[in-house]
Amino acid sequence: MVRINVNGEERQVDVPEDMPLLWVLRDELNMTGTKFGCGIAQCGACTVHIDGAPARACQTPVGMLTPDSRITTIEGVKGKAAQAVQAAWQKLDVVQCGYCQSGQIMSAIALLTDNQNPTDQDIDAAMDGNVCRCATYVRIRAAIKDAAQTMRA
Amino acid sequence: MLHHLIRQAAEHGFGETLSLAPLPAPSRRGFLKAIGAGAGVLVVGAHLPMPALAAEAAPKIIGPADPRPHAFIIVAPDNTVTVLAKHLDKGQGIVTGIATIAAEELDADWSQVRGAFAPADQKLYANHFFGIQGTGGSTAVANSWDELRMAGAAARAMLVAAASARWKVPAGEVTVSKGVVRHAASNRSLTFGELAEEAAKLPVPQQVKLKDPKDYVLIGNPDLHRLDHISKTNGTAIFSMDIRRPGQVTAVLARSPRFGGTVKSVDDAAARKVPGVIDVISLPVGVAVIARNSWAAMKGREALTVTWDDAKAETRGTDAMLADYRKAAEKPGAVAANKGDADKAIADAKAKGGHVVDGEFVFPYLAHAPMEPLNAVVALNPEGGCTIWAGSQFQTVEQMVAAHILGCKPEQVKIDTQWAGGSFGRRATTNADYIAEAVMIAKAYPTAPVHLVWTREDDIKGGRYRPLFLHRITAAVDAKGALVGWKQRIVGQSFMAGTPFEAVMVKNGVDETMVEGASDMAYPVPNLAVDAHTLASPVTTLWWRSVGHTHTAYAKEVMIDRLAKAAGKDPVAFRMEMLKDHPRLAGVLKLATEKAGWGQPLAPGKGRGVAVHESFNTYVAHVADVTVDAKGQIKVDRVVVAVDCGEVVNPDVVKAQMEGGAGWGIGHALRGEITMTDGVVDQANFDSYLPLRMSDMPVVEVHILRSHERPTGAGEPGVPTVAPAVANAVFSVTGQPLQTLPFSRGGIVS
Repeated sequence: MVRINVNGEERQVDVPEDMPLLWVLRDELNMTGTKFGCGIAQCGACTVHIDGAPARACQTPVGMLTPDSRITTIEGVKGKAAQAVQAAWQKLDVVQCGYCQSGQIMSAIALLTDNQNPTDQDIDAAMDGNVCRCATYVRIRAAIKDAAQTMRA
Repeated sequence: MLHHLIRQAAEHGFGETLSLAPLPAPSRRGFLKAIGAGAGVLVVGAHLPMPALAAEAAPKIIGPADPRPHAFIIVAPDNTVTVLAKHLDKGQGIVTGIATIAAEELDADWSQVRGAFAPADQKLYANHFFGIQGTGGSTAVANSWDELRMAGAAARAMLVAAASARWKVPAGEVTVSKGVVRHAASNRSLTFGELAEEAAKLPVPQQVKLKDPKDYVLIGNPDLHRLDHISKTNGTAIFSMDIRRPGQVTAVLARSPRFGGTVKSVDDAAARKVPGVIDVISLPVGVAVIARNSWAAMKGREALTVTWDDAKAETRGTDAMLADYRKAAEKPGAVAANKGDADKAIADAKAKGGHVVDGEFVFPYLAHAPMEPLNAVVALNPEGGCTIWAGSQFQTVEQMVAAHILGCKPEQVKIDTQWAGGSFGRRATTNADYIAEAVMIAKAYPTAPVHLVWTREDDIKGGRYRPLFLHRITAAVDAKGALVGWKQRIVGQSFMAGTPFEAVMVKNGVDETMVEGASDMAYPVPNLAVDAHTLASPVTTLWWRSVGHTHTAYAKEVMIDRLAKAAGKDPVAFRMEMLKDHPRLAGVLKLATEKAGWGQPLAPGKGRGVAVHESFNTYVAHVADVTVDAKGQIKVDRVVVAVDCGEVVNPDVVKAQMEGGAGWGIGHALRGEITMTDGVVDQANFDSYLPLRMSDMPVVEVHILRSHERPTGAGEPGVPTVAPAVANAVFSVTGQPLQTLPFSRGGIVS
């Protein structure tokens, strides 16, 4: 039995310790907002926050986490940055197919939590790990800048 | 009306009388027989009617003859208006588009409008271009334009009639605006929701009056939000990957590492010992591992030992295949276009002070790699047949294939279409490939709903690629710089051969999807010869966002720049002279080049290139700005695109498709390729099949021509011209034409 804390709630799951957090979330806890895209930390669709930092759930064996690790998913993400980012995404109609966007949004929130005035280079560095096959990158960049402005205001 | 609509539609037969296709209905017997052909591989070989899929002809709308509000619009007592989309939304925004068209004529308020996917029902929901229910070829808006305007107008008339009856006033005195029905003289008003039940009981008007485009408030409105813009930003949008049915199990399938290979023997002892693995089942298409969850299924598959029979498999590498293509290119192929005498024109030009330009172009295999790996949930129904939850793109084909596997009627196959996490053509297959796999597994494991999940490796190695192509072109300008002769030979695989589409798409031995954009090029070359060789391989291939235009537009537009240079002409002026009889192509070329500042001087190391093309009845021009650094490496800085797709339903969605189309074209041109060594695919995941990333993405400026022509598509036409515009920009700096893709092969991409 593995104990983890997801979105502020303690959960117990009966899974092998090498099972990635991604599959614990999706298959055991039925939290499907975090997506499977590549399984090897190359696309970022599974991005969650662990203690506030972005992490790829597909490469995080659940056994490495402790009940003290604070896992935040798209279903539970809150706060000033989250609000600003999701509002900007909606204002600019960033999404197309939408499958990567949970991960994009989680990466963007992490960026803006640390840096409320990101340069284009900062955005490249923070977001290059998140693939969007629809290539919504133009709007993702614009939405991050829009959210940053909201946060600074 | 309108809230019981699907059942009513079925019971009362709305739409039954429509003539949806001029061709005979699919020959089910022949189709099913053909599906069964060939052990282990699904091959479909009958004749489904598929006219105009590649849309090289002008769009012909076949039906609808009558307004059909019950098939498409649900006005509920809670005052919501739900518009049913018979098309798949894989990101291109068609749910929003269809809802906009209907809501406009209905005079609904956008805030009350919802979208939902229609069920699979060929009689009600055939694509009028195809004769079957399906999405593709950038047809969805064109196909829905009349149908949804008529449905919306009929529903509006029924609401007006209901209000008129309740108030006992003439219908002519009743107005509708933003979802409210009013009688001004008596100062009364009712919402749609308040009138829904009464309106539903009224007859559907057979004649409706459609709005004058000048009165549109939703169509053409750039401020409408997509209907999926919130659910896709908070994790609540459901894709088939997210379907969780009671008792559901997960399956992964071990497939042959070589295309055309079959299972020889299986040792599943170790796989069965993996905790969570429930069963291992050998099927003609591979070995299925069924488990309690995805992780156990994947671990179980890793523990399998399968020996494959490669007797019928492709064992060549792509280098060897390309060598075979070059050998084939030495001889004439099947004729796709032949006008004048190209050989003579080229020889004459050479003899009389003109210039001859030769080019060999190589285009690699490319995977679609939609972000959502392919998957489908299938549950057998107690009464027979099954229910499929999937991002279903060719519903009718999927119903027929599933019915054949299960031995039931196609109408017993229910499809619950979900948001699709991308497709780019991949989900529309002629044999319902991954859905068929899921149905086969469900049949073999009938006690629980089965979720077949492809991993990313399955996807990258799984075929259905944009085919490998070789083009050889010789073209000439005369001493005055006029394009006088063009010879082009195209070598590649046909993904139409051996499918139900072959009868329509392959003519005189030429698959039109191989030569579209070349044999019918807009430039008025008096002497044009285009031919093609279709070479067979077990490697599976498929249409890929913009189909033949992915390679034909590239070869054409890069050659045009080389010819312009040979003729000593500006690339835009050279094109413009030749497009006098093509005002819409000339229009986008003019707009894009003006907005981009064509002709203004550039800093050293900066280049600017252009390309223009028609595909899917939409006209697009791109201007690309690049930087070539001291090491010869390139960066795409900016792309300006102009598009003419007729009347624009959702300008911001068209803009998004142009942005995305630019990224799609650039990403694959920079680094995209699937290669094989001894028949085994070299790439596996996004670490080797390298996608476009944020730092690669240029600034994209989109300009849409205002038009009241019939609307055409936007999903694909934004792709073909961006890569040649980038190549031409590099050519303007280096003088080296880029004729082998991807560009990384030439060492100019980091």
